Amino acid sequence: MKIARTPLAILAAGAALAFLPLLGLPAFYDSLLYLALHWIVLATSWNILSGYSGYFSFGHGAFFGAGIYTSANLMARYDWPFLWTLPAAAAVAALLGVALGAVVFRVKGVRGEVFALLTLAITFVIGTVVTNTPLDGGNGVSLAGVAVPKLGPTPSATFYLLALAAAVATLLIAWGIQASKFGAGLFAIHDDEDAAEVMGVPTYRYKLVALAISCALAGVAGGIHALFLSYVTAGDVFTIAVPLTVVLMSVLGGTRHWAGPAVGAVAITALLYSFTAADHAVAGKAAIGAILIAAILFMPEGILARVARLWRGKAAPAVAAAPAPPPAAAAPARPAPCRVAGQPHDEVLLRVRGLAKSFKGVHALAGVDLEVRRGEILGLLGPNGSGKSTFINVVSGHFAPTRGAIWFEGRSLNGLPAHRVAGSGIARTYQIPRPFAHLNVLQNVAIATLFGGAVRDPAAARRQAMQWLEFTGLEDKRDAHPDDLNLHQRKFLELARALASRPRLVLLDEVLCGLTPSEIDDAVALIRRIRDQGASIVFVEHVMRAVMALTDRIVVFNHGEMLAEGAAHDVMQRPEVMTAYLGRALHA
Amino acid sequence: MPSLSLLSQSILSGVFVGALYGLMGLGLGLSWGLLRLINLAHFAFAFLAAYLCFQLAAMGMDPLLTLPILVPLFFVLGAALHWVMARFAISPFNSLLLTFGLTGIAESLIQSIWTADFRKLESRYAQLKFKVGELYVPVPELITLVLACALCFALWAVLRYTDLGRAMRAAAQDAPVAAAFGVNEKALGLLLAGTCAGLASVAGVCVALSFTLAPSQMYAWIGVVFAAVMLGGLGSALGPLVAGVLIGVSEAVTMAVTAPSWAPIVSFTLLILILLLRPGKST
Repeated sequence: MKIARTPLAILAAGAALAFLPLLGLPAFYDSLLYLALHWIVLATSWNILSGYSGYFSFGHGAFFGAGIYTSANLMARYDWPFLWTLPAAAAVAALLGVALGAVVFRVKGVRGEVFALLTLAITFVIGTVVTNTPLDGGNGVSLAGVAVPKLGPTPSATFYLLALAAAVATLLIAWGIQASKFGAGLFAIHDDEDAAEVMGVPTYRYKLVALAISCALAGVAGGIHALFLSYVTAGDVFTIAVPLTVVLMSVLGGTRHWAGPAVGAVAITALLYSFTAADHAVAGKAAIGAILIAAILFMPEGILARVARLWRGKAAPAVAAAPAPPPAAAAPARPAPCRVAGQPHDEVLLRVRGLAKSFKGVHALAGVDLEVRRGEILGLLGPNGSGKSTFINVVSGHFAPTRGAIWFEGRSLNGLPAHRVAGSGIARTYQIPRPFAHLNVLQNVAIATLFGGAVRDPAAARRQAMQWLEFTGLEDKRDAHPDDLNLHQRKFLELARALASRPRLVLLDEVLCGLTPSEIDDAVALIRRIRDQGASIVFVEHVMRAVMALTDRIVVFNHGEMLAEGAAHDVMQRPEVMTAYLGRALHA
Repeated sequence: MPSLSLLSQSILSGVFVGALYGLMGLGLGLSWGLLRLINLAHFAFAFLAAYLCFQLAAMGMDPLLTLPILVPLFFVLGAALHWVMARFAISPFNSLLLTFGLTGIAESLIQSIWTADFRKLESRYAQLKFKVGELYVPVPELITLVLACALCFALWAVLRYTDLGRAMRAAAQDAPVAAAFGVNEKALGLLLAGTCAGLASVAGVCVALSFTLAPSQMYAWIGVVFAAVMLGGLGSALGPLVAGVLIGVSEAVTMAVTAPSWAPIVSFTLLILILLLRPGKST
């Protein structure tokens, strides 16, 4: 099996390297190797949050430092044995991370560079607190009297073995996350957090867990490093050097792969060593700066991605031939139509009462009562700005309603975050498609299967996703990236993603907008087939031909209120609807 | 609790150092707000200028007379950096990383020329001070305050009242549309980036006038100045000055009431609160 090979390789490499101290190399080499492994732990742990989910943190030094000071104080003040301080260091660092994340991740605007600066500031706040309290006391903590446990033949070999164990564990964790549903969710957050949440990814919890794991591993690295340094001062610990170095290593190696930061860490450590060995420490700092600049300008995806692309270029024909899609019969059955398809029931699927949403005084929705029945296609019409998209955003959980209540299948959706709404069986599309740009078409759909469809195993999710690609006619494009698709295909990808979570209700936001007449015919036929699957549809659209052909019933919004409701041909004849669309006649 | 005169003396020194925060933040905020580039190298520029000023003063030049040399020099440096970043179409986040690297290079450069030891500029202003009532007013800090206020107001007026300033603000909001209306946004970008670097060099001279220099000191300014910029508003000329003075005074009072080592927590706590409470403004 291909999947299990990677962790075995990591373990085997770790086991082989564990015999290195027996060769009796000078202690100097143990220390150099220790440093390389130390940076592998720090860079890889940073990457678990920052590389996978795109939340670049400049605060890794704070969590590393928290580990250092936890270990150092427990050893120096309370005489804890060294190895027992490591779990404590991990716990304290993780706790700090969770406390920070619980606040920061709740604020929607804190992304990108704002998150980076915020975490940078945290480093200095924690540094100041440590300096001014007995944790450091301004003089640092000396660990000269603490015994180094005898794990290896020499103390330096012991540190090497400890760092090796930590590095193996960190790499296994990083690999495991990347290969799992959790990792898929983090990569989706990286590309489009709102869309990920709507697909059912619990973004807040995932970011928090990733941060906690990242911090805990940094804490362990700090705990080990405390005794390695044997004398720690706040001025040396809480600097910009740690975040700078780990960002550099990860960006250089590649942030989208578990092994990227490790590659970068080894390269940079070796480089720094060659400078310090030649007595040019200052030049080393300059070299790191220059490499960072060159990496950003010429290799923004990192060494690993560059090598992988060269590799793929050579091996392209083999790859294309290898994975044949599994036969449809072997894959899990599609949702069984819950009834004879095609005819609306009287059963109410979605009920909305007095739903209102205001943006700083603008009433986008001003109290709407609406019902969607099981199996029907409900057209939602109205002039621009009448509140159609807001309705979809509120029902899908992207915006919390200002007032009003929403029930779906008899359960209240009020106050549920978007991923829970998605999990309860509602999917949506975006008017302008929002695919995950760094994932291929199949992966894009598999995210929805994993999260909205609650499939645990990524391989099973890919098999199901393949079916939805066949359903929408995108099976040839499974390995393409969204950038390579035309608008028509992107809209269909949007549909495939919405369907992949097997929703009972699909909210379609202007799926036909921008398509050519023949593409519209394709889309109309597809939407019919979606309904025949057993899903109900709310269909926001301006293309009247499609509205007339598809809908069982339409609702017209104007100024955030419901203006009319009924069968399409009937409603569109009404004078108030014509006024809303075309304006008032002069003589009226 | 310190005495009233001590407290007012610290408030005054807070105003002075705050003006310098504002002057540093002026170029940084303009580049972030109008060019969408987060230029950490702003601090490297400032410190390079400070060391050059120190060097020229050691050779007998009046520190203030170094400005006509340093400002054009850094204008060219800043414009060149911007040209590279525009050429590679750097995203705001990558500009942060790239200039982070550049700052490391500058630090090594400074360290290899002037060593890591502390340096203090000796000039005829250094010891000058006069007394207003109970309060001592040191002349170097006063020069900084005057320069900061003058430059901030001048830039504010340019951005607000001239066609050039309007074109810059238009290009910042939507470069392609501004270009379609005849704004040469590439040239404007170079001009603005050069101006920001020139402002950094003025700030550097002010740093040299009143502070002891060490290469790693440049990192100490980053947090505080970012706090001033974000509190004052990106792309605003007067905001960072007001915010800088606010931060300077609260730091000075904190130092007077508790211990000097607690000072960093003021600006960083402010920065964290701003980022959390007004995230819409800063993205």
